[in-house]
Amino acid sequence: MGKVTEPEVMIGVPGYEQPVEDAEKQAGGSLLKIVVSRLNFHYGPRQVLFDVSLQILQRKITALIGPSGCGKSTFLRTLNRMHETVRGTRAEGEVLLDGRNIFDMDVVNLRRRVGMVFQKSNPFPKSIFENVAYGLKINGTMRRAQVAEVVEKSLMRAALWEEVKDHLHKSAYALSGGQQQRLCIARALAINPEVLLLDEPCSALDPIATAKIEELLFALTGSCTIVIVTHNMQQAARVADQTGFFLLGKLIEFNKTDIIFKNPARKETEDYITGRFG
Amino acid sequence: MNSRLGWRKFVNAFMLTLTGLCALLSVSVLLIVLGYLGWNGWQYLTWTFLTHLPAPVGESGGGMANAIVGSAKLLLVAAVTGIPTGLLGGIYLAEFGGRTFAFLVRYSADLLNGVPSIVMGIFAYTVVVLPMHHFSALAGGLALGVMLIPVVLRSTEDFLRAVPNPLREGALALGASKWKAIATIVIPASIRAIATGALLGLARVAGETAPLLFTSFNNQFWSHGLNQPTASLPVMIYQYAISPYADWHRQAWAAGFILLMLVLIANIGARLILSRKSPAPRG
Repeated sequence: MGKVTEPEVMIGVPGYEQPVEDAEKQAGGSLLKIVVSRLNFHYGPRQVLFDVSLQILQRKITALIGPSGCGKSTFLRTLNRMHETVRGTRAEGEVLLDGRNIFDMDVVNLRRRVGMVFQKSNPFPKSIFENVAYGLKINGTMRRAQVAEVVEKSLMRAALWEEVKDHLHKSAYALSGGQQQRLCIARALAINPEVLLLDEPCSALDPIATAKIEELLFALTGSCTIVIVTHNMQQAARVADQTGFFLLGKLIEFNKTDIIFKNPARKETEDYITGRFG
Repeated sequence: MNSRLGWRKFVNAFMLTLTGLCALLSVSVLLIVLGYLGWNGWQYLTWTFLTHLPAPVGESGGGMANAIVGSAKLLLVAAVTGIPTGLLGGIYLAEFGGRTFAFLVRYSADLLNGVPSIVMGIFAYTVVVLPMHHFSALAGGLALGVMLIPVVLRSTEDFLRAVPNPLREGALALGASKWKAIATIVIPASIRAIATGALLGLARVAGETAPLLFTSFNNQFWSHGLNQPTASLPVMIYQYAISPYADWHRQAWAAGFILLMLVLIANIGARLILSRKSPAPRG
């Protein structure tokens, strides 16, 4: 705890030190999609994130790991400003999406570009079709045939089409837990977001359903930037290109997944991934 | 030692009996009222009663068709004024309300709920009857509508709060504005419960007499539109029950029976709607 109080520790991650102005430049062959600089977050009087800075690569998977209550979910929710739905929260710092600060953007536009899938699947009490079409309908303008087309495409991208194509108009609640979570992913994909945030999407699922979702994440990397919060370190090791380790509201270490898991620079990271705490 | 134990046992048995008796008494009062009203009312209920105007004083026979229609008119005005106000206010409290203002609104609604109904009548008399210079269904309906507001407001607020938060977040995360999320997800998820609350509120004000005495007043004949003094079942019961004629007493019983049936049907219907809940989410 005492060791990690200096802010330098969180920023000085080797290989990712380029200043914010160079955000658009290439980093290891990939473009930077999101650049977070010195993000501080407060719930009322309690500070839960301290000077977090990291860069998220375009069309790659970034995993955030750490023990419960370390702030990784809070961090994820600030990326599309979902934290604003909770009274008394305050985020300070800069989050650049394609070089523009998200706190200066219209929140509705931001959330259409940065979609989110939650820990517990939350389908609407509507049919499967209406769930996926919801984001299109509230945006207006699309013709019905076109909506049906996008719904089909989104369900295919979420690897759910084969299982539901014969009962699209049944209630979403009739699906299993894993199917519901893939439905929520399809729903988020329907509006074609540039970034998809996933908050422990597999924590309530069995290993088979989890494997399906992980496959689907791999398939999405060609078209979508993915940030996933997980308490499952094997999952981070399996799916992520880069991984960040959070502890007590601080980003302890952020690097390529290989390096984090095989050769972590910080002792806290090593202790956590070898199971010494958490 | 032994005598204290005996005393303790006696107190225990005595209090248990006392609470049980009072519980029994409260249930039996309801059953006696229902049974007595049912027995007497059913006996005097005739087709003529449902379809004819009241007979002139001194003649027997006649009915209360005008009061049945009048009550329906009053409830319509009450529903049109009270339900939208309570509904939208409830949505504000549940979804948008800050701390201080929401507290004030909630507290005022509870106070308004406790205001004696005759005071509501005086209010409607002052605001509607005095400027218009005559009694009207409009005035009576407004008095009932004002009574309906806090009931609908609080029930709407409670039912909206019961909608799980992840549904709201799901809609917001898809780029819905707050109102869009409320209108397309939150309200549809609780619409049956909200409708039930409104129905129960209507059933409650349907039996109110005091606010109607000097607002819609009464009428022995058909009233046209909303602008004339209008007969209603509760006021008719009051007038007939205090009259000296045995025939009128019988008609008051029948009217009471009709009113009771309306309230019972609304209550049972509401429970039925509410019990047909959509299945809970799995996973």
